[in-house]
Amino acid sequence: MSRITLLALQVLVAVVTLALWQLFSTVPVFGKVLLPPFFFSNPVDVFSQIVKWFSSGVIWKHLAITLWESILAFVIGSAGGILVGFWFARQPRVAAVFDPYVKMVNALPRVVLAPIFALWFGLGVWSKVALGVTLVFFIVFFNVYQGVKEVPTTVLDNGRMLGMNERQLMRHVYWPSALSWMFSSLHTSVGFAVVGAVVGEYLGSAAGLGYLIQQAEGVFDVAGVFAGMFVLSAFVILIDMGVTMVEKRLLVWRPTAAARD
Amino acid sequence: MENSEPTAVALDKATVAFRLADGRVYTAVEQANLAVAHGEFVAIVGPTGCGKSTLLNVTAGLLKPAAGSARIFDKPLNGLNRDAGYLFQADALFPWKTAIDNVAIGLEIRGTPRTEALSRAQKWLTSVGLGAFANRYPHMLSGGQRKRVALAQVLIRDPKILLMDEPFGPLDAQTRQIMGNLLLELWSADRKAVLFVTHDLEEAIALADRVVIMSAGPSARIIGDWRITLPRPRDIAEVRMEKDFHALHREIWGVLKDEVMKGYVQSTQAGAA
Repeated sequence: MSRITLLALQVLVAVVTLALWQLFSTVPVFGKVLLPPFFFSNPVDVFSQIVKWFSSGVIWKHLAITLWESILAFVIGSAGGILVGFWFARQPRVAAVFDPYVKMVNALPRVVLAPIFALWFGLGVWSKVALGVTLVFFIVFFNVYQGVKEVPTTVLDNGRMLGMNERQLMRHVYWPSALSWMFSSLHTSVGFAVVGAVVGEYLGSAAGLGYLIQQAEGVFDVAGVFAGMFVLSAFVILIDMGVTMVEKRLLVWRPTAAARD
Repeated sequence: MENSEPTAVALDKATVAFRLADGRVYTAVEQANLAVAHGEFVAIVGPTGCGKSTLLNVTAGLLKPAAGSARIFDKPLNGLNRDAGYLFQADALFPWKTAIDNVAIGLEIRGTPRTEALSRAQKWLTSVGLGAFANRYPHMLSGGQRKRVALAQVLIRDPKILLMDEPFGPLDAQTRQIMGNLLLELWSADRKAVLFVTHDLEEAIALADRVVIMSAGPSARIIGDWRITLPRPRDIAEVRMEKDFHALHREIWGVLKDEVMKGYVQSTQAGAA
């Protein structure tokens, strides 16, 4: 399939979906509106809501807050994951002692922590960051741990025979290996940072995309809920594209699926 | 040994044993005596699983012998062997570094300034025929090219002893010959002591000054030691046509054959048990 055909088909799916939505929510079929506007709104209203947000400029503040929370959650969660991942991988005894607790905390659905974080950190930015951190931390931690553990013995022996001391092994062998594992899960961890921020906002805040959606829902403004969802999707896709660019730069040394055969 | 320089490698009754998962002790190599003179090229040949690589790892200091000792230039080996460069059987390049960075790293960690390390690495890459491939990552190189980079990576540090563990094992026959000739060419420039492990007797005779034969494991021993007097410089492909080569091959193979069969029988029994 050529690029143009593919793009045309992709656009077609969107157009048909929106058209059907608009049709069934405005035109009665056999005297009955299949998608009552109260529950489903309609694309035109949703679109005009989005336009209103952007033209009046209110949306920027909320986007900026959500972005800021996501960035903080990602940076802090990753830093913690890297540190603890390295520590556990290099100290098997510590890892063995903490293993059941790590599993326990990781098994916990993070949403239940939101009320506690709201109590501890208030309704501002930091309770959302904390929620995002608990999500990001474990992904980065497991990957870094694995990355340090999975360095091939031969590569390690080679480093030693070339005269590397522990510090140099860390820098030239363990660190790049751990980073490559971490970057391979970059999409997931960045996505989770956003999830943490938005869910936190939804559960109690005064700003952010999650807040916007929650506010609209509170007054049965379905168009507002859908508009918030669309802005959120676009926001996540933009961030994901950024991650892909970073990934391509940092992982040039890794064979791609195509180059491997 | 005849010359006045100290023996590069001297293994004295070295025994290597491992504790298995079920608690039993497996003796890989028993009472191995081996001396490699300065500038001498020694090949170790033996059936699969006889502990050739084990012996190499003892010389490298990666393994400690359970009994006996290893001496390097008349000094007891304690920890890693700092005089040795090791060419591994498996891929050991750093996949996250380009070819030139892989070669330069041995100098960089020693404190050589980066620009100097890189220019010397470029020279080494050129001398192994990869001058134009400096900025490729290992996965973009063929198996033979990766071995060339690995060879440059080891040689740039100018080790006094070169340890090679079936380095050309995974390569195809033609590439092996080319690599063998390259190795001899580089080696003849400054004659390091070489300990070269292989299961290929022809390769061993074509390359080495001495061929050492090991018995089938467990408790493998050194059971034969031949001096290869074929004239140098040699061409790996052509030396195999010579009459002396055939005579040596027949003589050594007579000893090796029984061990190879023993090793084969043991491996099939181990599989059945």
